[in-house]
Amino acid sequence: MVALRIPTVALVGNPNTGKTTLFNALAGMNQRVGNYPGVTVETKKAQFQHGEMTFDLIDLPGTYSLAPRSPDEMLAVDVILGNNPNEPRPDVVVTIVDASNLERNLYLMTQVLELGVPVVIALNMMDVAEGQGLELDVDRLSQQLRVPIVPIQANAGTGLDQLREAVAGALKKPCCIPGPTFPEAFEAEVARLRMLTEFSEPSFLIRRLLLDVGGQTETRLVEKYGASFADELRASRDRLVQAGFTLAAIEARVRYAWIRKAIAGCIERPAVRPVTWTDSLDAVLTHKVLGTLIFLLVMFLVFESIFLIAEPIKNVIDLGKNALASWIRGTLAVGPLRSLLVEGVINGVGSVVVFVPQIMLLFAIIAVLEDCGYMARAAFLMDRLMSRAGLNGKSFIPLLSSMACAVPGILSARVIENTRDRFATILVAPLMSCSARLPVYSLLIGAFFPIDAYPIWLPGLVFFGLYMLGIILAPLVALILKSTLLQGETPAFVMEMPLYKMPSAYTVAHRALDAGWMFLQRAGTMILATMILVWAALYFPSRDFPERIDALEQTIAPTRDRIETLKGEKERNAAAIKELEEELEPTEAKIKELHREWKSHSILGVIGKWVEPIVKPLGWDWRIGMAAIGSFPAREVMVGTVGIIFGEGEGDAGDDQYRDALRDTLKRDQAFSIPVALSVLVFFALCCQCVSTLIVIKRETNSWSWPTFTFVYMTGLAYVGAMLTYQIGSLF
Amino acid sequence: MTLDQLAEGQRATIESFIGDDSILQRLMEMGLLEGDEVEVVAFAPLGDPMEIRLRDYRLSLRRSEAARVRVSLLP
Repeated sequence: MVALRIPTVALVGNPNTGKTTLFNALAGMNQRVGNYPGVTVETKKAQFQHGEMTFDLIDLPGTYSLAPRSPDEMLAVDVILGNNPNEPRPDVVVTIVDASNLERNLYLMTQVLELGVPVVIALNMMDVAEGQGLELDVDRLSQQLRVPIVPIQANAGTGLDQLREAVAGALKKPCCIPGPTFPEAFEAEVARLRMLTEFSEPSFLIRRLLLDVGGQTETRLVEKYGASFADELRASRDRLVQAGFTLAAIEARVRYAWIRKAIAGCIERPAVRPVTWTDSLDAVLTHKVLGTLIFLLVMFLVFESIFLIAEPIKNVIDLGKNALASWIRGTLAVGPLRSLLVEGVINGVGSVVVFVPQIMLLFAIIAVLEDCGYMARAAFLMDRLMSRAGLNGKSFIPLLSSMACAVPGILSARVIENTRDRFATILVAPLMSCSARLPVYSLLIGAFFPIDAYPIWLPGLVFFGLYMLGIILAPLVALILKSTLLQGETPAFVMEMPLYKMPSAYTVAHRALDAGWMFLQRAGTMILATMILVWAALYFPSRDFPERIDALEQTIAPTRDRIETLKGEKERNAAAIKELEEELEPTEAKIKELHREWKSHSILGVIGKWVEPIVKPLGWDWRIGMAAIGSFPAREVMVGTVGIIFGEGEGDAGDDQYRDALRDTLKRDQAFSIPVALSVLVFFALCCQCVSTLIVIKRETNSWSWPTFTFVYMTGLAYVGAMLTYQIGSLF
Repeated sequence: MTLDQLAEGQRATIESFIGDDSILQRLMEMGLLEGDEVEVVAFAPLGDPMEIRLRDYRLSLRRSEAARVRVSLLP
């Protein structure tokens, strides 16, 4: 065989074995992400050199076993078997093995052996094994397993040359050494079923078919070979059970028996297990009282840091946005292009960029928590609570983060291995009240429940109620989803509690950068496009409004400049400023009126009037309906849109002065009463007016149907909630 | 008795398993095998799940899953 094409090396291994670290060490900076249709997990791809040779390297998702129960878990099996149309069949598989946990790590290795590909073992964490008093005879182990073993230290980058050498060597060797053998009766059934497929399926898949009841292999092969094949499969299983086999136990017994025999004499365990770091730390961190307190503290810090970073970053981005906008205003003439750039593009880009620091921070925190081993403890502590909602302990952090922002929250749901649990978490995450709802909350609560007119605790109570709405509804919806759309057997919550270790700065930085870049690249463009669409709907048809408004603006510009100069000495010029401001008022009112008229004739305004009958039961008039539709890209836009439509002019939700003025306007306007305000609040607490969230859901579920579903169910929930609020509120 | 009935700090030997499904498959894949020794390390604040130690590492599992493992208590 002349190897003209570049050989492919696949990397597999258990979670928590340093697989990602090894991949990064081999791959360097030039990494690509592989996406596959129908699958929500990714692979990472890169190349590495050894001497004259170049290798393609593909990092498969970490797993304990190749017993696929979902399309996601099937990916690794398909890639190694060469069944994935997008990836060439690997020529060598490197299995990374944790030396301190040899038996369980070799389980996966024996499965890979069966796939008929040369295997090289990268033996990591020798230092940890030594720390536990384990003594390993690596040479003997390699002889007995008949697999080349290279001791490496992934985090220090040692042993990599030897590993590359071993991979190159494995290419030249004939394939393959035999692994464990299954009982005769079992193999007879495998042969029989394989014959029914006319030998077109590899034995490994037929074994999986028999072993994994209801697994992904069964789904696929039954679909391919039809109902009669399903009957044959059932008959085969029945015969095995009749013969006294426990189907679920066959594989583990065979493999572990083989492994224990193969490693006999190669590993020496101490008579008395030394007390390790992990023992001492776990005594505190999983302690009923202390552990819970520390957990709450950690979660508070996580939440607080995402929340805190959002504000200053937003201010910096706003500064940049304003500077750019005024530069463009000074350069370009009035018209669609200027408005597109200023209101569409700059706002759009701003609303994408604003998420990046939060996402990077959250991923850095999650990387630290995962890398040091705490994440599993957090999931352990929260599992009971989350299991009542049909979720598991790992759903807690994504949901908590979503209270700051659903976008990083949804991305962080990647820590949940089970696909159905991950989807349920992703779909309910946007129900948690995020920081973008705050401007809407504070505008309406401030306008309709002012502290001077109501008891001081009332506004706080309304705030609290809106937050509780999400906290109560999210688990309920998750429960409903898990018993309907995402129905299925409860997955085992059998979770490794990894050893505690120092998190690697490289891994943390890498994950943070990766997450930020991924978001910009994949979600950013879509978000921007939608922002521009909504801008257009609010801009066109523009008739001569922009010119008329600009002409008026020009006439008052000199007066405005004078006021600015006078403000330099505010006290002395107070009277003069006041006079000038009064002079401005009629023109400013006219400008606001023009804006209002323009927007009410815009596409969005027309739509607003169409939907008036629909929003009537919520107590809304067409203007509120239009503001709600216009805030589809992002909830916080609602404040600005309300401002334009209610004639307070355009402004920024973050500007207190503007918000105060808008509050007064709203209070005077007859469209708003307390029940209406409450109905709007409830609507915004429950709706999914956030393009970024929807696009991130598309990205994470690899399908448009889930974001569509999320939008529809949340809007439905919001509509019903708002209607009930208004109708009940109107009774009083 | 079954694994979920052990108290914190108790050690036991795995005797056999109950049932034949994917949960059992998962437990055994993770290295719970007949004849092996396990030790209960901790229970979570609400009493579930539990953390156990196997031969080489620690594992967390729900009580409903642990109830599938018959054990005999070691002194």
